[in-house]
Amino acid sequence: MEYFVQQLINGITLGGLYALIALGYTMVYGVIQLINFAHGEFFAAGGYVGVILLSFFAGRGFLESHPIMCLALSFALTMIYCAFLAMGVEKVAYKPLRRQSRLAVLLSALGMSIFLQNALMLTQGVYDKAYPSELFQGGVEFGMVTISYLQMMMVGMTIVLLIGLNMLVFKTKIGMAMRATAQDKVMSGLVSISSNRIISLTFAIGAGLAGAAGIMVGLYYGSVRYDMGFLPGIKAFAAAVLGGIGNITGAMLGGVIIGMVEIFGAGYISGQYKDVFAFIILISVLYFKPTGIMGENIDDTRV
Amino acid sequence: MIQEFKKIWKPYTIGMLWLLGLLWPLLGIHPDGTLSFAKTFTVWLYIFAGTAICLALYLMNKSGSLGVISSPLDGVRQNLGRTTSKVPAWVWIVVLLVFALAYPQFTNRYAQDVATNVLIYICLGLGLNIVIGLAGMLDLGYIAFYGVGAYTYALLNLHYGMSFWVCLPFAAFLAMIAGCIIGYPTLRMRGDYLAIVTLGFGEIIRLILENWNEFSFGPSGIANIPRPGFFGVDMSLEAATVYIYFLMIGLVIFTVFVVNRLQNSRIGRAWIALREDEIACQAMGIDKTRTKLTAFALGATWAGMVGVIFAAKTTFINPASFTFLESAIILSIVVLGGMGSIIGVIIGAFILILLPEYLRAFSDFRMLMFGAIMVIMMVFRPGGLIQMPRRTYKFKSESPGDTSHQVATEGGQADFARS
Repeated sequence: MEYFVQQLINGITLGGLYALIALGYTMVYGVIQLINFAHGEFFAAGGYVGVILLSFFAGRGFLESHPIMCLALSFALTMIYCAFLAMGVEKVAYKPLRRQSRLAVLLSALGMSIFLQNALMLTQGVYDKAYPSELFQGGVEFGMVTISYLQMMMVGMTIVLLIGLNMLVFKTKIGMAMRATAQDKVMSGLVSISSNRIISLTFAIGAGLAGAAGIMVGLYYGSVRYDMGFLPGIKAFAAAVLGGIGNITGAMLGGVIIGMVEIFGAGYISGQYKDVFAFIILISVLYFKPTGIMGENIDDTRV
Repeated sequence: MIQEFKKIWKPYTIGMLWLLGLLWPLLGIHPDGTLSFAKTFTVWLYIFAGTAICLALYLMNKSGSLGVISSPLDGVRQNLGRTTSKVPAWVWIVVLLVFALAYPQFTNRYAQDVATNVLIYICLGLGLNIVIGLAGMLDLGYIAFYGVGAYTYALLNLHYGMSFWVCLPFAAFLAMIAGCIIGYPTLRMRGDYLAIVTLGFGEIIRLILENWNEFSFGPSGIANIPRPGFFGVDMSLEAATVYIYFLMIGLVIFTVFVVNRLQNSRIGRAWIALREDEIACQAMGIDKTRTKLTAFALGATWAGMVGVIFAAKTTFINPASFTFLESAIILSIVVLGGMGSIIGVIIGAFILILLPEYLRAFSDFRMLMFGAIMVIMMVFRPGGLIQMPRRTYKFKSESPGDTSHQVATEGGQADFARS
């Protein structure tokens, strides 16, 4: 029982991360009906910028004196960095291809993904980069179950980000413009919503969330690697598809489910094949229910 | 040119500043708490110079300022084209063949190895070309079938001592079955789903090979795979290299022949039609599932055969040879060369395999360049280096006057011609 609860907590932590990444896929899909293959690389870039900033603060000695402030600053700067990166990527690899075939855009996105991955490798080295480990030692014990402070922070941060995104999309003018663009580009253009700007913004928001997830994964596992974006990218994509691609609520739910399945699969079935479970879910969802559990194009929740 | 430049300098400047802003955190913030600018600026200046030269050339070419250089070149090219078109095609083929057959006579083992590598990638590129170029399905797990072929030979040889020549058709068959198994559930999906699911399948196969130790010997792989025999003759290492080279030449010729025939066949035309418009195609009575599955299975068959030769060539295989990056390399070959074009794929393989081989100093930048090539090709020249001409109907007619009569009476004999 304790084992089960412990796994449940781990599953929620991981699931929240997948949900954050999956949102980027689903939002971009909502506005341009394309899968952003380079999205996993935004996540990896987030992990790297996070480690760079945190080690910089640690080197200056700020991390010991003001840990919370350093962490908050790193999160904010990383998210901004990833947003700017995504806007650049969108301008280079997506915008010139608006009128091309889907295959052309897919290939260009894939090329961008390979490019970014190797750019990270060339600038940061092939080997793992370790996060400053003195942050978030210890945790709270409930009987046999331990919840570390780090996990609490991650779940809290994820919830804050998800609520923030929901507010942005459903309560603000920008969110309304995004939903309008997702529904009908021509019509929203007629009421003076610039679809180019909205698409850029969508990329930026999605990448910002992925960047936050990157920093959290770095803190959680202690290190980052240049190719870390590949597998979580596919798993988060599976989450987006599971929830119904284009559907924000679905992506959050799908992320948590994929995280749970991975943790429980690894815990109870086989640890070696933990990466396979997400693929199996992805393939079976696409085969049996391609619209996902929440449905693909519910107009209200589409961005 | 000035006009063009005015339009483009602003986004270009913003873009370069953007790049500087993105580069600096990666290169300029150090873990010891110091900041530096020199390194970022140097790297950025290199990129800036490179892109500025490319941009200037592009603009000059567009506005015709390069006419001084390009017009004589065009003249030369036209002259060349006129003289070469007088020579019948078979002469070129014979010349190429003679060169290919004589190649081992005046080269060393290293050069032969590289040439075999190029040939392997030509075959893989042509196989993938069936799936992507002709049928228009983005298959990102192509390397898995290559792995299936290689492991089939290695395992059958290890456990049952089966020889290369027995395993070759067997591996091709198994790869085809694998293609059908993976292809069948994915065919209902749209292009982008198909891409990510094939990617997932490719990873699953690699993970199985890596983790199922009793079956595939895990990450340590299988060593001492025998080279192909030649009627029981024992060969030295040098002779075996040459022999595999000739085998690959044979396979490439066979592949080119088959793909060329397929392109012009009923099923090839069905693939191209499906690529262009699925619904119209189904309305014309083409079985979508069967046609797509055939493309998938045929592509996989080729990968399986080449996989066997790869295993025999290196005599050692492990799952690390079958990662997604290999798929990406083959994909860039097809994309660079021109999707659907045989000559294009061959040229693409030569460029992408030979260049990194002889530019060892830049080998770190290899994958970076591959990624950049894919983006640049898609933005500026989506058809690839050698664009496949679109097939069009041409009606035979003696004089313009009686075209309608011709169509009415001999419409059935209208032949395909490339225009």
